[in-house]
Amino acid sequence: MLWLRTWKLGTKSLALHPLRTGLTMLGIMIGVWAVIVLTAISQGASDQVQKQIESLGSTTIIVRSQKPTEDKLTGMGASKYGLLRSDLEQILANVPTIETAIPIREIRRQFTYRDRMVDGRLVGCTPLYADVNHLKIRPSGGRFLTDVDELKADTVCVLSAGVAERLFPFEEPLGKRVTVPEHTDKYKVVGVVEHRNPSAAIGGSLDSQDFSTDIYIPIRTLRKRIGDTIVTRRSGQFQAEIMELNQITLQANSQEQVRTSAALIEDILAPKHDALSDTAVVVPLELLEQARNMKLMFLGIGILIACISLVVGGIGIMNIMLASVTERTREIGIRRALGAKQGDITRQFLVETIVLSFAGAMLGIVVGLLSIPAYRTMIWFVRNTMEEKFNALPAAIREAEPSVVYWTIPLAVAIAVGVGLVSGLYPAIRAAKMNPIEALRHE
Amino acid sequence: MSIESPNSSGIVNGLKGRGRLATSIKNLTKEYVLKSETVRALRGVSFDVPEGDYVAIMGPSGSGKSTLLNLLGCLDKPTSGSLFLGDDDIAQMTDDQLADIRSQRIGFVFQSYNLIQQLSVVENIQVPLYYQGKLGAAERERAIRLAERVGLKDRLDHRPSQLSGGQQQRVAIARSLVNDPLFVLADESTGNLDSVTTDEILALFDELNEEGRTIILVTHEDDVAERAKRVVRLKDGMLHTDEVISEEKRSAARDAQRAAVEELLKRQ
Ligand SMILES: Nc1ncnc2c1ncn2[C@@H]1O[C@H](COP(=O)(O)OP(=O)(O)O)[C@@H](O)[C@H]1O
Ligand SMILES: [Mg+2]
Repeated sequence: MLWLRTWKLGTKSLALHPLRTGLTMLGIMIGVWAVIVLTAISQGASDQVQKQIESLGSTTIIVRSQKPTEDKLTGMGASKYGLLRSDLEQILANVPTIETAIPIREIRRQFTYRDRMVDGRLVGCTPLYADVNHLKIRPSGGRFLTDVDELKADTVCVLSAGVAERLFPFEEPLGKRVTVPEHTDKYKVVGVVEHRNPSAAIGGSLDSQDFSTDIYIPIRTLRKRIGDTIVTRRSGQFQAEIMELNQITLQANSQEQVRTSAALIEDILAPKHDALSDTAVVVPLELLEQARNMKLMFLGIGILIACISLVVGGIGIMNIMLASVTERTREIGIRRALGAKQGDITRQFLVETIVLSFAGAMLGIVVGLLSIPAYRTMIWFVRNTMEEKFNALPAAIREAEPSVVYWTIPLAVAIAVGVGLVSGLYPAIRAAKMNPIEALRHE
Repeated sequence: MSIESPNSSGIVNGLKGRGRLATSIKNLTKEYVLKSETVRALRGVSFDVPEGDYVAIMGPSGSGKSTLLNLLGCLDKPTSGSLFLGDDDIAQMTDDQLADIRSQRIGFVFQSYNLIQQLSVVENIQVPLYYQGKLGAAERERAIRLAERVGLKDRLDHRPSQLSGGQQQRVAIARSLVNDPLFVLADESTGNLDSVTTDEILALFDELNEEGRTIILVTHEDDVAERAKRVVRLKDGMLHTDEVISEEKRSAARDAQRAAVEELLKRQ
């Protein structure tokens, strides 16, 4: 009852000064808005990174070939570097905690079907590749590579969704033969996999990859048909590059074994590869943990920024309230003379600040929640109007889906109201402590 | 007409009879302790005010009139002496108790009206009831009747800034009556008003007193003092004279002032 009538009085007095009230609420509003939006964006960005890393698998160890610096490449003409098939054998023989191992060879090639042509990537791999990378066969039929294909080194292939769309816009690709002109080879299509999201670059050693133009063939077929030497023509000169494997994707039998296995693998590779430093071991689990720490840091920074603006908002409230106490000294005197107790005056001012900060917080929440779809719309708009510029943006921004971290909402409100209370308390007490007679004399 | 009491007794104070005292002060002193000196604003004042009395307090500037009135109004506590309101000694009371007394038993009319600018006429009249925790429709009804009674029937929702000085002072008088007070205190209430308006306000006080309301007002104008039943003069913080004004003298003063006002109105 007591608070109810004070509530009515407080809201009324705020409503009588809409501009002052609005400006005071603005500070709190921005603070709460910042909490919601900043945490949503950092959450979105880290979700994205996390999803990408998770798609690599938490028990996965990736060993990749990397091109050594020019000065380390010896010999004339053909340069030879990267992972060897014998590395794979050694790893399998010496690291018992490894459950699966997929050797991968990737070569850029052109693919044709009748008069249609696609620049893409020929990926030699084993049947497990589909499982480890969570590839799904299109529901309309077909299959991924099998052990039989591998064993017989058959000229069969599985198309990525992108290649299928471009080479076979009108026909059913299953059973058709795709040509690789450089080798005059034809590969029979046995399956099409569904769209796969590109992976962002993670750390320095794993580039971002686009899988939309991949064609998968048995790795033995690739070795038999194409071999290890790749000849490219660059500015009139032929250049040969010899590489056995681009990547080996390994899976340990448990998460606990990932690190030790990776360390063991590094030891195994060291004697042959340290000199050139032409291999790299990547452990997505470690990256995942880094990403989690990053996320916490992001959240922390977001909350810090928000707290700063809330404190600024609180100072604004205190400022306005102190000004208001001075401005309303006469009113306070009148109210005291007519029977208001000190407590009544304190309550009146406190209710005003609480209403101010609470309303500011509510506005901040509304604007904050509305900013998320607004941000999405903006991204969508940029994507559709300025595609080139959009693609130049870092993947973390392009792909990030801001997602509201809901527990920050009550937190922000609590901080906002707390700030309002604390900053309103001093002016309120000062107002109440005034001598009524002197307050009445105030002009 | 008389205003119904908001108290359960339902009796207007004046009807309780002349025997009781509205207030009684004994040896009242008030000192203001400043850094350089101690100002002795009241140096031992004693007098009684029976219910239904109409007292004018006069005296030169700085003689302690306002100080005395503020003490009677429970806005401040005496340094020594006793101050009874009815049967309660307010010298012993806490700040909160004094606030309760102010909202329940005292009507104050100031020189500068002291209305709350953001509130309408009716809301201003209701403020003392608000601090008694009374906000019902009945209280609003009572405030409206008081506004009508002081002649502001068609100004109920006006803000103070939309009213003339005289009208604002009427609102203040209505406000002072809203809690059916033990007495109405008025400090130079007509000091800011022209003689026509002053006469209207004084007529209102006369009327209230005739209904039995106790009135204590501070003034330095003889015209105003002559309409009271009793004049108390202060000098240097002490009681100087305390005289009763005869009924003949009062009505003569009233008639003379009335005539002067009518003369003035005719010339305009
Ligand atoms: N709050 C105060 N602090 C110090 N001195 C005061 C205060 N109020 C009044 N006085 C002093 O007390 C004396 C009486 O003042 P007051 O009661 O206002 O006189 P009056 O109303 O008769 O003109 C004056 O000398 C005045 O200066
Ligand atoms: Mg005075």
